[in-house]
Amino acid sequence: MTTLESQAGRIPSPREITTEPRFSDKVFRGVVTAGGLSSLVILGLIAIFLGYQGFEILAKEGISFITTSEWVVEVDSFGAITNTTFGLAAMLVGTILCAIIAVVIAVPISVSAAIFLSFYAPNSLKKVLVSVIDLMAAFPSILFGFWGLFVLMPSAEYWAKLINKYLGFIPIFEVEPRIFTRSPFIAGVVLAIMIIPIVTSISREVFSQTPLDRIQAAYALGATRWNVIRTVALPYARGGIVGGSMLGLGRAMGETVAVYTVLNIVYQINWNVLFGAGGNVASLILLKFGEAQPYEIKALMAAGLVLFMLTLLVNFLADQVITRSGTKGR
Amino acid sequence: MSESKVSVKPSRPWRPSPKERAINFALILGSVLASYLLVAVTELKGKLAYFAVFFVALAVLNLVRGVLTRDWMNGRDQFFSIVMLLGMTMVILPTASILYTVFDRGRKGLHAGLLTNDMSLATPSDPITSGGLLHAIIGTFLLVSVALVVSLPIGVLTALYLTEIKGRLTRPIRFLVQAMSGVPSIVAGLFILSAVVYTVTKSYSGLVGSLALTILMIPTIARTAEEVLNLIPNDLREAGVALGGTQWRTVAMVVVPAAKSGLITALILGVARIVGETAPILLLTGGGDAVNLNPTQGAMGSLPFYIWKSFLLGTEESITRGWAGLLVLLVLVLSLFLLARFLGSRRTK
Repeated sequence: MTTLESQAGRIPSPREITTEPRFSDKVFRGVVTAGGLSSLVILGLIAIFLGYQGFEILAKEGISFITTSEWVVEVDSFGAITNTTFGLAAMLVGTILCAIIAVVIAVPISVSAAIFLSFYAPNSLKKVLVSVIDLMAAFPSILFGFWGLFVLMPSAEYWAKLINKYLGFIPIFEVEPRIFTRSPFIAGVVLAIMIIPIVTSISREVFSQTPLDRIQAAYALGATRWNVIRTVALPYARGGIVGGSMLGLGRAMGETVAVYTVLNIVYQINWNVLFGAGGNVASLILLKFGEAQPYEIKALMAAGLVLFMLTLLVNFLADQVITRSGTKGR
Repeated sequence: MSESKVSVKPSRPWRPSPKERAINFALILGSVLASYLLVAVTELKGKLAYFAVFFVALAVLNLVRGVLTRDWMNGRDQFFSIVMLLGMTMVILPTASILYTVFDRGRKGLHAGLLTNDMSLATPSDPITSGGLLHAIIGTFLLVSVALVVSLPIGVLTALYLTEIKGRLTRPIRFLVQAMSGVPSIVAGLFILSAVVYTVTKSYSGLVGSLALTILMIPTIARTAEEVLNLIPNDLREAGVALGGTQWRTVAMVVVPAAKSGLITALILGVARIVGETAPILLLTGGGDAVNLNPTQGAMGSLPFYIWKSFLLGTEESITRGWAGLLVLLVLVLSLFLLARFLGSRRTK
């Protein structure tokens, strides 16, 4: 009599249950992880290569590369370089000044537009307006640059004169001599228009996440729409708005073409925002690149590294602000 | 005896009543009048004055209306509704102005040969009808295609890592993608210059320009693709695994096909992001005036370079050419955008 036990080998032994992925999955996970790490690799390579090219300049100038403001390349009659001084301070000041002007102008406009879209606009209108804002985010920067130069400049110059007339007693609004065109203020306005779509869409996203029960509770307590916005929506969205504004700040700091077109690039520290002289690091690179000798290009690489680190820092802070406000139980 | 029929007329109490509409209209009219009056009487001048007075008047009139109909709190509510409307208007106005300017000024630069000639035989002050955009359009097409071939796989793999594998690195990688989208375009250009041009190729070409564009394109594709893949219901993944599929088979045969149109949207948005990118193009491609079909060699023209050069030449004709170039570029961006919208709306149905 044959029992099942005697038929050795015919009963399959129990399969080992394991969470070990199969070979194909191992390959798949490896490839995808490698792809995912590409952003790390690329960012790392950017830092390494710019640092490698700019190292000589950074080592020679040291801290004065970002604290002094002189960009001099002296050549003798044979074209050999005799003396160089590279200091980025004027352009760093210009970068931060333009970006801050842009944020100061863009944030109130963007936040009120986002509030309008989230709480006031009827649905059909909202769809159209959101599309327009998304479209605006896709406009290339060269478009903003030449529009700013040819169309916005006359109006913005007039606004600058108004500000100077009524607020001229504040030191930063002084203009002497009276040159109002191509000032950091106008560049700031153009940058503001460029970052408005980013800040608006991030703010709108945060507003749309406001818990509905709290909004309804506020209405049930007799709040008006403005009360709801001020006491429920704005406190809830504060972190997201700050984070979105900092993303906009980072974008404004790195902008090249629009600033180069609109701004009169002069190598001096200029705190008078309405006066027609300024610059930023990115536009300096574009300006000097054309006629630079290999040695000066190294300095431009170092300037690029400083700009890269600056935008990375701003983006990191923005990320921290957004996540921290996202995890806190408001 | 006939019963009198009482039909209740449906009303829509949430809609503004005719009286309220009339008041609204009167307030707007009053504000327009106020802006004209004040500009005529006082020293205020210019478009800005009309705009400012109109909104101040509208806000104040609404405040008064609110206070009169209910109380102070209602008045404040009305006032701030106008402030928010003002913010929205200030977002829309520049967009409208940009679109109008480009269409209005670019129109004059359009001519029959625009898309079939290149600029190799035209000088800056030649009449507008000579020369054209052919080299720029071909160049842009080649630059974008090469950038697309490199960045699409990397972008989609990044998105797949963020949605399918969800390892320990998800948070940092999401941040790095975000940080990468904030890399200034000129830094991307400098990077390729130092890493590729000075070490390997020693010359400008379309290919190195594409590599710089790749850096700018990857984050856009990765983030859009991540959003799309997140929308794919988990049921599909579970079903795939329950049928005995490995993760690889599930992703390749279930998840990615389900997200196909969304991934195409991601691709289109990536193209729209880089098609007008100027700074790295200026550093890397050399910008020729003749048609160049070989991206690995020689200067390559492109739309942004053409626009940049035309405006910098500064003659009347070349500035008109620049606006025409901007018009073509804008139409390109617009159609890419509408295509992405169309595919996106089809997906959600």
